[in-house]
Amino acid sequence: MLHQIEGAQAIAHAVAMCRPKVVCAYPITPQTHIVEKLGEMVHAGEVENCAFINVESEMAALSVAIGSQASGVRSYTATSSQGLLYMMEAVYNASGMQLPIVMTLGNRTIGAPLNIWNDHSDAMSARDAGWLMLFAETNQEALDLHIQAFKIAETVGCPVMVCVDGFILTHAYEGVDLPTQDAVDEFLPPYNPDVRLDISNPCAMGMMVSPEYFTEVKYLAHLRQQNALKIIDQTAKQFAQKFGRESGGLVRYYGDPNADTVIVAMGSVIGTVKDVIDELNAAGGKFAILTIVSYRPLPVEEIRAALSNAKRVIVLEKAFALGRGGVLAQEVELALMPFSGEFLSVIAGIGGRPITRTLLRQFFTQETYPEKTTFLGLNHKVVDIMSRME
Amino acid sequence: MSLTVGDRLNKAEEAVQARVKRHNSLTSGHRACQGCGEALAARCALDAAYNATGGKIVVVNATGCLEVFTTPYPDNAWGVPWLHSLFGNAPAVATGAAAAFAARGDHEMRVIAQGGDGGTTDIGMGCLSGMFERNDDVLYICYNNEAYMNTGVQRSSSTPALSRTATTFPIKQYMGNDPMSGKCVPKIAMAHGIPYVATATIGDIRDFERKVVKAIHMRGARYIEVYSPCPLGWGSQPCDTVRLARLVVRCGLYPLFEAENGKISSVTKIENLIPVEDYLRPQKRFAHLFGKNADPEHIKVIQKIADANIEEYNLTGGC
Ligand SMILES: Cc1ncc(C[n+]2csc(CCOP(=O)(O)OP(=O)(O)O)c2C)c(N)n1
Ligand code: SF4
Ligand SMILES: [Mg+2]
Repeated sequence: MLHQIEGAQAIAHAVAMCRPKVVCAYPITPQTHIVEKLGEMVHAGEVENCAFINVESEMAALSVAIGSQASGVRSYTATSSQGLLYMMEAVYNASGMQLPIVMTLGNRTIGAPLNIWNDHSDAMSARDAGWLMLFAETNQEALDLHIQAFKIAETVGCPVMVCVDGFILTHAYEGVDLPTQDAVDEFLPPYNPDVRLDISNPCAMGMMVSPEYFTEVKYLAHLRQQNALKIIDQTAKQFAQKFGRESGGLVRYYGDPNADTVIVAMGSVIGTVKDVIDELNAAGGKFAILTIVSYRPLPVEEIRAALSNAKRVIVLEKAFALGRGGVLAQEVELALMPFSGEFLSVIAGIGGRPITRTLLRQFFTQETYPEKTTFLGLNHKVVDIMSRME
Repeated sequence: MSLTVGDRLNKAEEAVQARVKRHNSLTSGHRACQGCGEALAARCALDAAYNATGGKIVVVNATGCLEVFTTPYPDNAWGVPWLHSLFGNAPAVATGAAAAFAARGDHEMRVIAQGGDGGTTDIGMGCLSGMFERNDDVLYICYNNEAYMNTGVQRSSSTPALSRTATTFPIKQYMGNDPMSGKCVPKIAMAHGIPYVATATIGDIRDFERKVVKAIHMRGARYIEVYSPCPLGWGSQPCDTVRLARLVVRCGLYPLFEAENGKISSVTKIENLIPVEDYLRPQKRFAHLFGKNADPEHIKVIQKIADANIEEYNLTGGC
């Protein structure tokens, strides 16, 4: 049955149905509504045997989750932007200790300058932190990905960050299908890890590892991530079987199967891009979009397979590395090498700037591209004024 | 009264450490320096807690000497379930562990968090205060050796007045750590109104064990700070570790007390008061106060701190 609810609430319902035992909360826009709703549900007794802990910082939020997950219970927290940076030491720690925590990242840019709106800078700051990172396109997918995330995390032995565009998804009211508790219980078995803080089998977790073992530890972690590609794909298939809809997985291809131009993107912007592609293809164009759902691990083979026949690849992303350019663009370009077609990088929607159909249509249909990297919708007048003031 | 751990004559007062069948929560073979006060304190605390709970303890450790010298992979010196996460988050990790055991319906399990003074009074302060304020069910033990030892003896907010550390090195007019700096974390803990706060030393192991046992049987947030000399960082003899832990109490620089729900409930009186000089002299970290160019005024500064403690806690007077 469809429920007309806010994205944040959809996520909260999904998390609650996964029966976490510890939920940690610290406010930061645009994630806050998720933990507010979860708090309400826990306090109303709707989540069995679950502790809702109001902590004093994001560092504490993820640290509490580390402690509870290591003690053998399913644990959840959510954050955004500055909050992710504030907890970053614990982000690396959770993955290093193979703790399958699930965290929602309500994507928001990073200051300075202070800005609370959406882009993917926060997610990119954690791209090498050892977490699996999944990007949701819609509220329905955000909900579904959380249910899959617990299963993936616990199967792989690695934390999962579910990236959900701030405001665009977290604050949007959309019809979502809430699965039944029974169905979720059948899909996601109770969490029962082999290794945990346990007096019947005392072990030390988080030891100091010297150079003679460190490379091996990290190599094994890398293999686990590679193996996660299979698990993410399998889990999406199991999910589709159980719940009757496609959500998650590694990548999705949409549009002309023999497209000349393939756009690559992640998150909520996909919907807008699809609309533009539909228009252009209806008018005789040959366009398609490759959605990357799993950013970590990056499905390099799938990306190569989907793009290698394209004449032009445009990576559209909401983040960039100052002094270098698009982040996803670098990764996709590397995956494609050697690539004989044209490769373009578009930075768009940063700090919450709307990505409109008009802007996209104009860009996709340009005759030539003078620059390899384009800042979509850049206002040159403002740039001139600001640079004169500097 | 004898203060030795080996007093086996009086069974009722026998320390857990004196028992042949103590658990050895921290077993031999670890890599601490000779005479490490922290190693001694940790074993005493955890053995006492282990004994009192029938082994129902798990331990969360902050980064620091205690963590590094006990768990160089693949060796593990701990005889209890043990977790190290980061330098500044041990109280929060312990909160999570406590919440997890409660959620699992395991209400007998006790969670102990432990760290050095740097991990506790400096970088861990935010998480510690949060854990106190929520009254989370954790016993936190701070092994106070008055500096960042693991990184090579730098100043912490627990470093004493005029002490030499690698970052408060006396030179020319500069006489070492600023006497106006530092904070009293037991008092900060008390201000949170938590059920139990205590200070202890490894110079009186039965008193320390008694405090640990008392704390482990309570619920909610509990804090014990144990003074733990560090021969390497202090430039003291390994054989003087226990002696220094007694001298610091006798000169008034380290008041021993307990507080319940924010109010002092017991204070250990000083039996034979000594001048601070007797405590300072065996330690190279205070050597500059006794050298050729030393100014007696500096020792007076430290004596004043001791005198103020004696007055504040009524350390020498009647009850
Ligand atoms: C975030 C962070 N900053 C700095 C360090 C480096 N560091 C590791 S242990 C340590 C000193 C520990 O001092 P203390 O807590 O007093 O414990 P001790 O070694 O003295 O027992 C420092 C500074 C770290 N591990 N993490
Ligand atoms: S440096 Fe000090 S605290 Fe560290 S192991 Fe040596 S004696 Fe113990
Ligand atoms: Mg220290």
